[in-house]
Amino acid sequence: PHTGPVESKNEAAMSELVPEPRQKPVVPMKPMGINANLLGYIGIDTIIEQMRKKTMKTGFDFNIMVVGQSGLGKSTLVNTLFKSQVSRKSSGWNREEKIPKTVEIKAIGHVIEEGGVKMKLTVIDTPGFGDQINNENCWEPIEKYINEQYEKFLKEEVNIARKKRIPDTRVHCCLYFISPTGHSLRPLDLEFMKHLSKVVNIIPVIAKADTMTLEEKSEFKQRVRKELEINGIEFYPQKEFDEDLEDKTENDKIRQESMPFAVVGSDKEYQVNGKRVLGRKTPWGIIEVENLTHCEFALLRDFVIRTHLQDLKEVTHNIHYETYRAKRLNDNGGLPPMTVETEENHESNL
Amino acid sequence: FVFQGEGCRTVPLSGHVGFDSLPDQLVNKSVNHGFCFNILCVGETGLGKSTLMDTLFNTKFEGDPASHSQPGVQLKSNTYDLQESNVNLKLTIVSTVGFGDQINKEDSYKPIVEFIDAQFEAYLQEELKIKRVLHNYHDTRIHACLYFIAPTGHSLKSLDLVTMKKLDSKVNIIPIIAKSDAISKSELTKFKIKITSELVSNGVQIYQFPTDDESVAEINGTMNAHLPFAVIGSTEELKIGNKMMKARQYPWGTVQVENEAHCDFVKLREMLIRVNMEDLREQTHTRHYELYRRCKLEEMGFKDTDPDSKPFSLQETYEAKRNEFLGELQKKEEAMRQMFVQRVKEKEAELKEAEKELHEKFDRLKKLHQDEKKKLEDKKKSLDDEVNAFKQRKTAAELLQSQAQQAGGSQTLKRDKERKK
Repeated sequence: PHTGPVESKNEAAMSELVPEPRQKPVVPMKPMGINANLLGYIGIDTIIEQMRKKTMKTGFDFNIMVVGQSGLGKSTLVNTLFKSQVSRKSSGWNREEKIPKTVEIKAIGHVIEEGGVKMKLTVIDTPGFGDQINNENCWEPIEKYINEQYEKFLKEEVNIARKKRIPDTRVHCCLYFISPTGHSLRPLDLEFMKHLSKVVNIIPVIAKADTMTLEEKSEFKQRVRKELEINGIEFYPQKEFDEDLEDKTENDKIRQESMPFAVVGSDKEYQVNGKRVLGRKTPWGIIEVENLTHCEFALLRDFVIRTHLQDLKEVTHNIHYETYRAKRLNDNGGLPPMTVETEENHESNL
Repeated sequence: FVFQGEGCRTVPLSGHVGFDSLPDQLVNKSVNHGFCFNILCVGETGLGKSTLMDTLFNTKFEGDPASHSQPGVQLKSNTYDLQESNVNLKLTIVSTVGFGDQINKEDSYKPIVEFIDAQFEAYLQEELKIKRVLHNYHDTRIHACLYFIAPTGHSLKSLDLVTMKKLDSKVNIIPIIAKSDAISKSELTKFKIKITSELVSNGVQIYQFPTDDESVAEINGTMNAHLPFAVIGSTEELKIGNKMMKARQYPWGTVQVENEAHCDFVKLREMLIRVNMEDLREQTHTRHYELYRRCKLEEMGFKDTDPDSKPFSLQETYEAKRNEFLGELQKKEEAMRQMFVQRVKEKEAELKEAEKELHEKFDRLKKLHQDEKKKLEDKKKSLDDEVNAFKQRKTAAELLQSQAQQAGGSQTLKRDKERKK
């Protein structure tokens, strides 16, 4: 159905001499579905390939933060995840360094490439977290850092002349390391996750899981899950952001069965059954990091890198960042179009 | 915090990590979301815009041919959901109606420019909202503008030049020669050269197929040299040889739409859809939209840096403007208040005057009244005196009368007696 033209045809005869008022630009109507009528190959599915090529050219950013008390194997795990020396531990920092008096934030960036895909990976370490005697509010520097990255992005976005690609330093994923006590979560764990799950994607991880037997592991995981639920902590993948039924079923399984992942990290290789595997050697056997019967490292790796990496970025951008932005703008009374309304209100009140 | 590695070094991987699936992850998300593509067809009535769209997308989009008697240029827009394998494309086709039909075509380009700007504006408004849903936003910005050139064989019309010049900074223009089966091969070559040189000499920037990616640089480069594409559209299928093909039948022969020797239709389809659709979308967003946004915000008085080269944030500028505006409002309010106070004073003075007059009047009246009263009292007194005097006379008279009566009585007796005597 046409909109403008048909009606104005009738008026045309009358209004030939009178200039017609300029019509408002036409708004596209509800779309018509055309599927069965396709008579031949058009080629619109090539857009997938076009898009893939473009993204490979521009490359990707990924920023991952690790939080947990010192000695839980955070740096080793990150190195294992990315199969390279990307953490603070390996970038010239002395292992025997003293534990800092306050929480420090250290971000280290590397470029890694695989299969033609370039990725700028930034690992943000938080030495000093949970290591003091009094750990009150030790999450504050971390929350501050995360918000500062949102602020940086916002400032760039709000510029008149903007960069083609705004550098993304926002934290896409925060791995929270839980100590494998076997009992329950510590008050510090709960406090941290309560505060930070609102601003960043938190993935809780049970560290050094080789200290627990299979039964202990499964019981501990159940308890942790229960405690997180009782405390209203929404870890990634958050229930409310499931986009469709497919997502929900997939994510439900991860949330209710697999998470939190009980992991073991290692950057040493050993020979097992003729293969070279990453593992930890103990007198009673070699713990194979990538063996699913030994630990859930492979699950974590697949989850974070192979299936949900893009989603982590999108949730950060579309939800956490937008929340921060909305709050920020509300505090300041809003940007231009909003002010036009308030100006008019002022005038009418006078 | 400390950021190490501004000039990030590359580290080698000691095994397969798996982030090479990242492009797939990204693409899958986009596929789930669906794609948008918006084409604008600008051209005179009867140049075959609708037919060409039908031919490009292998389907019959609905609509009746427009008449030549439109009073002004309008835009007709339709959106379609197309599906091919797992790709869902929301295709919007906007066509001009009545372009080039008016006697006076000075303003013909305006509705088109306004439409394009309106789509940018809608996006900008969404982007500036506090609560926004950009990732679910139905993008209506025009990604490609097919400009239909009439197959005169000579040169561009002045309307064409004017319109394209107005559009080239707002949209990706792909000029095409419509109904090109009306031109012979040799004429066509000359025509294309003339058109290209006219565009260059008038500084019209048409869309260049990108040549920075090695995989498409060659084909795009070649295609750039074939612009403007000479196209023919047809949805009729005729049997040629043993295949059904889209064609137009003439007494002297059959023109095959998809035969590259007959016309450039295949090239157009290849460039527009199969090779550069994503680039067209990206250029629209990163170049044309950014330009619009920058101009619009500067127009509204915002800037990034002040004379001292200290970067202003949009917020600070806004704050400053807001304070300025509030200050003005306050001044106005003050002025109004002053005026009000003044008026009140004046009124008060007036009232006081009136009051004074009233008092004086009252005093006068009072005096008058008193005078009257006195007069009346005097009159009353004199009247009373008169009454008293009259009373006296009356009593005196009565006395006299009674005396006289007595005397008279006796007199009458005396008289009677005398008479008797």
